[in-house]
Amino acid sequence: MAGSRGRGRSQFSFSVDALGFGRGDSLPSSAHTPSPLFPPMQFRPVPLHTGEEVDYMLALKQELRASSKNLPFHIKAARTKTDVAHYSDKYQNGETKNNCIEWSPDWSRMPKELCIKVRKPRKTGAKPQLTRKPKVAAGKEEVLQKLETLEKREEEQHSEEEEDEEKKKQNEEEPDADEDYDEEDLEDETDYIMSYFDNGEDFGADSDDNMDEAVY
Amino acid sequence: MTAQEVRLCGLLLQEHFGNVVEKVGTHLIRSGVLTLRALAHETKLPLDLVKKSLCVLVQHGMCTFGAGRRGPAGPVEYRINCERVFHMLRYPRYIYTAKSLYGDTGELIVEEILQRGQMTMSSTVKTVADRLTHNMPEGQSMDYSEVVSAFSQLVETHFLQRCPLASAGSSSSGAVDTPLPVATQPTEPESHPDCYKLPYINLTGQGKRRRSSEDGEADQCAAKKARTDDSECGDDRIYWQVNFQRFHLHFRDQAIISAVSCKLDQSSSEIVRTMLRMSEVTTPAHAAFTQALSANEIFRALLSSYNIARPILDQYLSLLVDDPMEFVGKTGDSGGGMYVVNLHRALANLARATLESVVQERFGSRSARIFRLLLRKRHLEQKQVEDFAMIPAKEAKDMLYKLLSENLVQLQEIPKTPDYAPSRTFYLYTVNQLPTARLLLQHSYKTVGNLMERRLYETKENKRLLEKSQRIEAILASLQATGAEAAQLTEVEEMITVPERQQLESLRHHINKLDSSENQVDETIFLLKSYINSTQASR
Repeated sequence: MAGSRGRGRSQFSFSVDALGFGRGDSLPSSAHTPSPLFPPMQFRPVPLHTGEEVDYMLALKQELRASSKNLPFHIKAARTKTDVAHYSDKYQNGETKNNCIEWSPDWSRMPKELCIKVRKPRKTGAKPQLTRKPKVAAGKEEVLQKLETLEKREEEQHSEEEEDEEKKKQNEEEPDADEDYDEEDLEDETDYIMSYFDNGEDFGADSDDNMDEAVY
Repeated sequence: MTAQEVRLCGLLLQEHFGNVVEKVGTHLIRSGVLTLRALAHETKLPLDLVKKSLCVLVQHGMCTFGAGRRGPAGPVEYRINCERVFHMLRYPRYIYTAKSLYGDTGELIVEEILQRGQMTMSSTVKTVADRLTHNMPEGQSMDYSEVVSAFSQLVETHFLQRCPLASAGSSSSGAVDTPLPVATQPTEPESHPDCYKLPYINLTGQGKRRRSSEDGEADQCAAKKARTDDSECGDDRIYWQVNFQRFHLHFRDQAIISAVSCKLDQSSSEIVRTMLRMSEVTTPAHAAFTQALSANEIFRALLSSYNIARPILDQYLSLLVDDPMEFVGKTGDSGGGMYVVNLHRALANLARATLESVVQERFGSRSARIFRLLLRKRHLEQKQVEDFAMIPAKEAKDMLYKLLSENLVQLQEIPKTPDYAPSRTFYLYTVNQLPTARLLLQHSYKTVGNLMERRLYETKENKRLLEKSQRIEAILASLQATGAEAAQLTEVEEMITVPERQQLESLRHHINKLDSSENQVDETIFLLKSYINSTQASR
């Protein structure tokens, strides 16, 4: 290859002018950086198609996207259990579990190794009630016992208030509460729990000779 | 699988099925074929999640499974069908086509089957009837028979087809007779003789209107009922899927007809439409041209509404044949002249027009002129390019180098001597249509990927605002349902301030624009892909 260098040295098949620089000129500087991420455009792009067809397909696309999030095919990984137990945990039911599949495919068309338990859809209300009822039933006897002992021991407003609050909570969850509870609340057949009502007789009974202390 | 294709597949899977399926899917695409254990190990996801993802992918026909390298005794291997994932981009177009051909019923049938992958006929009919009844005014309901007739029409014209037989390895009994198909060759749906045969189902009744209050119970009852009803209807185990190839042929025909009407006129496009319609069933999918049709047949098949007389038809046909686009060709003289539609040549011309238009919009009309020149004349030297294109030397050189740097134009060296000395070599510029089409196809995939990423970014940036507006809409809806006064409604509406409203409006405008662009780029993808497939089929 080096041997034929000498012959026909300055005869090019194309004219040198066509290259864009003359002999002896330095080559145009090479780019040292990659081309810019958003190069300036020479020509503006053509506007998008418009029309009824285009609008309908746009609406279809957005609808499909939104509805596909609600289908059972949209798989979300189950949340890993954190070490801290949150209060909201008992109110969040229907959480996806990794080992259940939310829809029932035709297993005869799939390889056997993919078979996974199918999760039965259930009403959202059913689950928490079922778990709460036995807990509440178990707690009821304990509370009753506790109340009796407390009644015998002390009759201060403080402990009574506690009991009433618990009873109130029990009453809300179980409409068929015992009549024993009603006595405390409906002594005079008012909506107010008697123990809460303070008719102001004690006000001013304390001596207010020492006005050094502030009264809140 | 190129990097851009993998990226686009990942984005599409994430949009429709969530992050878990996206992870599983992209890993499977990159690896080719994998077993379940290997996939779970490599993606480091829990085995159950991988199983669920594969179930979803198999249900939608995006993943095929079969006996692996170790034969039927070894573990099952899975592979992803990338083309099927790309079809997800085109779902709105399929649904709109079904609507234009078969009305709302057809549209809903195709939409349901697309969203669920495969469905039995009875479950489709019930779901669609319920949906239609929901939209109808109070008291009316949709009869099942109407939906069944729409379904049968779709099957008769081959837009829906039965799913191919499941591989026998999944059912223990049939393992002896039919060996598992090798994972590389999935069973073609058309190889099944009953591919387009409707099953006999005894399904009578009407769509049920679902009250919003009894949603939960209705779901439970419906779920229970569906299981018992399916087996009663008699079409258990017969699943239907959308026949994408048929839709693609329809799109191709539409493209040809619109091209003819743009180039010539409305009447000639009607003639081409008639010719294509007549040869719909007789032409196989990958044929280079339709069956030969005589002019007499075309005249008889022309709808009278077009009002084309016989001698006018002959003139139009000769015009179409002489057109340089070569949509229609003449293959004989019997029966008043035998004509065919040149499908592959039409696709090549459409692809060429796409390439030219891309160059024109990107680089200007003079660069487009050079590009067209090179397409026509194949190989030209730089001097010849300047002369033929009638562009001054300096500018021509600039444009040529720019096209060269973008890889749209290639340089061919023809040496005069065995050593490629530059002084003794011809340098010819050339454009090859097929590689350039592939290049533009990859650019299009990248474009759609970019559009989707930008849309996700915009949505993420304004997530807080979107959530707030959704909550306010929900509050408004519930207030209106319970009959609140106008004062309360305006008070709730004012919770969104005016600048926030403007921001929401501009966000919505941007997302609409991005979505619309995706649809439009998909049309280009379809055209280029059909052209590339047609060249591969003819080889």
